[in-house]
Amino acid sequence: MIWNDDFETLPREALESLQLKRLQQTLDKVYAAVPFYRESFDKAGIKPGDIKSLADLQRLPFTLKQDMRDSYPYGLFAIPLEQIVRIHASSGTTGKPTVVGYSRRDIENWTELMARSFAAAGTHRGDIIHNAYGYGLFTGGLGAHYGAERVGASVIPMSGGNTKKQLMIMQDFGSTVLTCTPSYSLYLAEVAAEEGIDIRKLKLKVGILGAEPWSEKMRQEIEAKLNIKAIDIYGLSEILGPGVGIECIEAQNGLHIWEDHFIPEIINPETGEVLPDGEKGELVITTITKEGIPLIRYRTRDITRLIKEPCICGRTHARIERLSGRSDDMMIIRGVNVFPSQIESVIFAIEGVEPHYQLIVERDGNLDTLEVQVEVNEQTFSDEIKVLQGLSNKIKKDIKDLLGVTCKVRLVEPKTITRSEGKAQRVIDNRKK
Amino acid sequence: MKVEQISIFIENKSGRLAEVTGILGKNDVNIRALSLADTSDFGILRLIVDDSKKALKVLKEQRFTVSITHVIGVAVSDTPGGLTKILQILDKNNVNVEYMYAFVERSGDNAVIIFRFDDIDEAIVALTDNDIKILLSERITSI
Repeated sequence: MIWNDDFETLPREALESLQLKRLQQTLDKVYAAVPFYRESFDKAGIKPGDIKSLADLQRLPFTLKQDMRDSYPYGLFAIPLEQIVRIHASSGTTGKPTVVGYSRRDIENWTELMARSFAAAGTHRGDIIHNAYGYGLFTGGLGAHYGAERVGASVIPMSGGNTKKQLMIMQDFGSTVLTCTPSYSLYLAEVAAEEGIDIRKLKLKVGILGAEPWSEKMRQEIEAKLNIKAIDIYGLSEILGPGVGIECIEAQNGLHIWEDHFIPEIINPETGEVLPDGEKGELVITTITKEGIPLIRYRTRDITRLIKEPCICGRTHARIERLSGRSDDMMIIRGVNVFPSQIESVIFAIEGVEPHYQLIVERDGNLDTLEVQVEVNEQTFSDEIKVLQGLSNKIKKDIKDLLGVTCKVRLVEPKTITRSEGKAQRVIDNRKK
Repeated sequence: MKVEQISIFIENKSGRLAEVTGILGKNDVNIRALSLADTSDFGILRLIVDDSKKALKVLKEQRFTVSITHVIGVAVSDTPGGLTKILQILDKNNVNVEYMYAFVERSGDNAVIIFRFDDIDEAIVALTDNDIKILLSERITSI
């Protein structure tokens, strides 16, 4: 179902002229109100008035995550604090978190975009939305919550954690839609099995999963284990939170970016130049309706490509391909770029292997070593050494074939890899220490 | 004739073996015979116990990966050349041994060899046809 027919199916030409108008308004505003942008535009020798077409956007300088950190906490806000009605912050695993502020209209737009996203995932009035995204500074919980209410569904504000209780509520309340990270959905399935609950028989029909990159194989695994449609949702707190883009249930093929609010570009992450449509690179987003903290050409670090071909669902907004990974997650192992999601797709393609894994990177002398830890379960266990070694050799060979990297595979005991209630920690890189 | 053997996946971490034997001891499961096959990262502990159902249950409860496989026990006279005769029979009949381990009975002159075959039924036929006595399961689990 399409939530907002007028905007979601706007013909490309009209959409682009709307984008240009909103972009120009945003540039005027940030130039006037945010010293950071005034300085960076001046340094580049550009005035907002110079931007006369969407193609001119690429003349503007980028905004980096570091710029947000340098402006901590409120330096990039474009309106006075008294007009900010909500403040969120990213987890900030390294140093200070990045802080974002929302005006009343920003919250209204966010709610609208999450409502569109829920509708695109096949959710509607009458659904019971089990929201297991964390409530708090993290944007996931509240972002999904407001959108769920807007579509008229009944929302259960579960937040993360307390997995057994989640399952009890899911059974007793008859949850039909699950919102959480993909790794947590698998953990719910695992705990359900331990508790003797057949999660496949529950009323769940859709999972709206995001906040971490996941592979197509992991999707198949989730869909089979939970008997749901698993829909990929995209967002990042700097830009909005969840609801920047989502897959439509009709195609499940690329995530529509709500282009009446954001302008996506794909750039070469090395040179910064804009790549032609369809080429893979780093996603850069400009917000064109945000009031609290508008961002111009924000580098997301997410690797994907842009699909502008029309989608079978009728929406005209461009899609991004499922993320190959966040460039922050990319490991360089002996000079080869490796994304955890690539290793994930290898592991999940092998029949019977548990969907939990961890990657340990070390430096041995001058050589990087990659260890892939995979849990043995009843299906893969054998009392013959050669069978288990055959399993680890197969994983090793498939990774080598795909990535050209030799790794060590360590089979570990069941449930020894830490389960995550939020974003899974797939990589432990001991080289940095 | 077939004996139930319990196999347990164990990571090479100190204390893991003691945890397994501790769980079995606490639940009054007695170990009759054991063998440990190991690699640099993990090992497979193979046990013959007096109550394999119970052992399976209590180990699974403690989240060990456990399976049951069927093996057979053969009595071999505890004299030089005793084992060779059996292996020759198996060879002649093209029966493949996956692995084996041995122990000596508390009383009597026999050693007991535990065999795991890829085709256990074929092995039983070959051995009995050649007058090799396969021990009853009860006899082994109560050694």
